Amino acid sequence: MRILVGVKRVVDYAVKVRVRADKKSVVTENVQHSMNPFDEIALEEAVKLKEAKHAKEVVAISIGPAKSQEVLRTALAKGADKAIHIEIDAKSAEQVEPLHVARTIAKIAKDEKFDAVFVGKQAIDDDANQTGQLVAGFLDWPQAMFASKIEHENGYLKVTREIDGGLDTVKVKLPAVVSADLRLNEPRYATLPNIMKAKKKPLEKKTPKDLGIDFTPQTEILEVCFLYLYMHLLPSFFFLPSG
Amino acid sequence: MEQRKITYAFFSGILECDAGYILEELDQKLSPHGFMVPLDLGAKGSCLIGGNIATCAGGVRLLRYGSMHANVLGLTVILPDEKGTIIKMGNGLRKDNTSIHSHHLFIGSEGQLGVISRCQLLLPPRPTSVNSAFLGIESFEKVTKVLRKAKTELSEILSSFELMDSETLKCLEENDGLKSVLPINPPFAVLIETSGSSKEHDSEKFSTFLESVLESGLAIDGVLAESATEASNFWRLRETAPLSVMKDGYCYKNDISLPLKHFYELTEILRERLGNKVIRVTNYGHVGDGNAHINITSKSFDKDLYKMIYPFLYEWVAEHGGSISAEHGIGRLKRPYLHLGKHPDELLLNQRLKQIFDPRGILNPYKMIDSL
Repeated sequence: MRILVGVKRVVDYAVKVRVRADKKSVVTENVQHSMNPFDEIALEEAVKLKEAKHAKEVVAISIGPAKSQEVLRTALAKGADKAIHIEIDAKSAEQVEPLHVARTIAKIAKDEKFDAVFVGKQAIDDDANQTGQLVAGFLDWPQAMFASKIEHENGYLKVTREIDGGLDTVKVKLPAVVSADLRLNEPRYATLPNIMKAKKKPLEKKTPKDLGIDFTPQTEILEVCFLYLYMHLLPSFFFLPSG
Repeated sequence: MEQRKITYAFFSGILECDAGYILEELDQKLSPHGFMVPLDLGAKGSCLIGGNIATCAGGVRLLRYGSMHANVLGLTVILPDEKGTIIKMGNGLRKDNTSIHSHHLFIGSEGQLGVISRCQLLLPPRPTSVNSAFLGIESFEKVTKVLRKAKTELSEILSSFELMDSETLKCLEENDGLKSVLPINPPFAVLIETSGSSKEHDSEKFSTFLESVLESGLAIDGVLAESATEASNFWRLRETAPLSVMKDGYCYKNDISLPLKHFYELTEILRERLGNKVIRVTNYGHVGDGNAHINITSKSFDKDLYKMIYPFLYEWVAEHGGSISAEHGIGRLKRPYLHLGKHPDELLLNQRLKQIFDPRGILNPYKMIDSL
């Protein structure tokens, strides 16, 4: 099984975001960024499957501006074998939508004959929760979202999903799309020896034009405003289960 | 109604405020302006800046921003005379050599000389790029080599260098279920933090340093935090250590400063001396400034055990040129040992000084300085 894992560079969840002066976005200049936590979990699951000899290769893919390479390097340090960067210019990057990302991932998954696509259930910046589902739709592959457990048996993935009513277990035939939820696993740290080794792993670069994919925005952000959420509760939500 | 007053001078990076502000409160007020308070400690959510000054609080960033002496530019103090005289000492300028720098007497004075009511603080810019790494090191000698290397190669971005020995990590796992960062529990774990203004510059400098530390065999393993969550996991270990040791039952807490070459010696000597009378002897702390928190634990308080530890520990520290209270203060517990390593004339001078400020001996009596 060869797994394609989608990873996104987002503003680190610990940052107290501020609305940008033009109200079209949040301030991202000089602000800490890192890999979307749910994508970290998706990547960790793929790497664990490889270590358990259920998968042969794990490839990380990210669609974004030049700095997205940072999260791809992290992905390589955490166990991915190769990385693909679909580079968008910084200005257009703000208007990239799940639809564009999904089209891209679907094309790569199809052209390079991957057996599974893993993504985080949602990105913590837009909370869209659409990419995984759209990829499955484009490829006409079965999907198992909000995974909290994945088992591989004979060309199928048995996935336990967290849903409102409790747990739902489904069996999906490969190739399939899975999205990772919080309790799927606890991501490993990138150890220094692995960070050093990662520098030698291949990182391929492409553009949407190379792939012939249309990135025209379908939506327009009218305004971003600040909601007084209970920000101090968010970190505890992301508190990974080792206590 | 808010009666406390605070004023900012952001171009000079100076804050003037009443002593009753909570440290974290000040930090939160400064954050949107790109500044921060120069110290960070576990009690930041409850300690008052006036208290931090009166106790000359240390913390995890002293290595980078200096002690309270470096950051306090002026104080308003109230003297215990009939009029309750209010004196402003120091004037909030970086440089003023017109007279003796009397405000420095009050820093760490533990309320002996007067009450601090207002202060002028130097503010460091809030770093926009912060990185943390967790290293596993085999010997204390190598820890000192890594420290020296860090000071040279990380230079101006180094902001913290903290130690946790394997007993500390074991305690964290046993008492709090906190797993260490590295797969194997090394003899020494070092937590290094850098703070700067350029992510690219800092990451490159830090990566080069870490690679070199690993390749030269100074560290056996290490992790660089890839997100704020990972960094806070590292720091959670260090910050939970003081609480974790308490769960063993009874903890004999020590806060000592030693010349670096003796830093770990005492811990090993204590382990041998106390054997299985104790649950463990842990050493964690600000190794970057030579300050160790040696915590000895037993199931319950044992008078015989106490006698085996003290005054041996204090005498050993004094003999080796160290301080028996690096940052926690002399209080009442260590009061009988205050004289260790000090010239009697110095103690006399301090008493005469106290008499000048507090002639009736009403400020915090029976504590740090005896009335004449």
